[in-house]
Amino acid sequence: MKILFFGITKEIVGRSELEWNGEIPENINSLRKILAEKYPAISGLKSIAFAVNERYANDDQRLDSKDVVAVIPPVSGG
Amino acid sequence: MENEIRSFVALSPEEIDLNDCREKIRSSENGAECHFVGTVRNKTGIREVIRLEFEAYEPMAVSEINTLIEKAHKLFEISSALVHHRLGVVNPEETAVLIIVTSPHRDAAFVACRFLIDELKKSVPIWKKEVYADGEVWVSAHP
Repeated sequence: MKILFFGITKEIVGRSELEWNGEIPENINSLRKILAEKYPAISGLKSIAFAVNERYANDDQRLDSKDVVAVIPPVSGG
Repeated sequence: MENEIRSFVALSPEEIDLNDCREKIRSSENGAECHFVGTVRNKTGIREVIRLEFEAYEPMAVSEINTLIEKAHKLFEISSALVHHRLGVVNPEETAVLIIVTSPHRDAAFVACRFLIDELKKSVPIWKKEVYADGEVWVSAHP
C-alpha cells in the first residue's frame, strides 16, 4: 500500500509519499488512528479526508496492499 | 436524448490566457458565455500576500472537476464548460482559476458557473499556501 501526502500533511510528515510495509490497516478509520498517533500535528487540522485510488473514501472502506491512499487535508483551491 | 457536453479541464503552472481558453469551447449555438476569474488578492486581513503556491493531487483533481462538470450538465442547460486552475507560484493580480460556461441561455450559464467554482472550492484536491513577508499559511488547514 502506498500513502500520498499533500499540502500541510506533506510538511507534517516530511515527505510526499511512503510505502506501507507493515500490516495493512483494516479500513480507513484504522489508518486514520495510526496516522494521528504517529503524527500528532495531524489531529490539530480542521479535518482530514482520504481517497483510495483517486476517489474519496468513507471511514469504513477496507484497504488492500495494492491501494494508493491519499491523505487529504482541507482543500483550498480557487 | 441529452446532448453531450463539451468540456476542457487543465491544471498548469503557465499563466491562463482568457482568449485561448474561450477558443477551446466556443460554439455558434451559444447565446451566453459566463466567465469566473479567480484572481490573487494582495492582502488577507492586514497581512500583505507576496505570492500563493498551489499544489494538487493532479489525477484526482482532474477527475473530480470532470465529475462536477457532469453534475452541472445534469442540473443546468449548458453546452460546454472549461476549468483551468494554476499550479505552483501565482503572484498577486494574476489569475489563479478560470471557469467558462456556455449555454444557449444566460440563466443556466450564470448558475452553472457559480456552481462550478463553489463546488471546486469544497471538494477538489487543490491546496493553497499564502506566503507573506513574515511567514506562510496553508489556507483553511487549521480550525
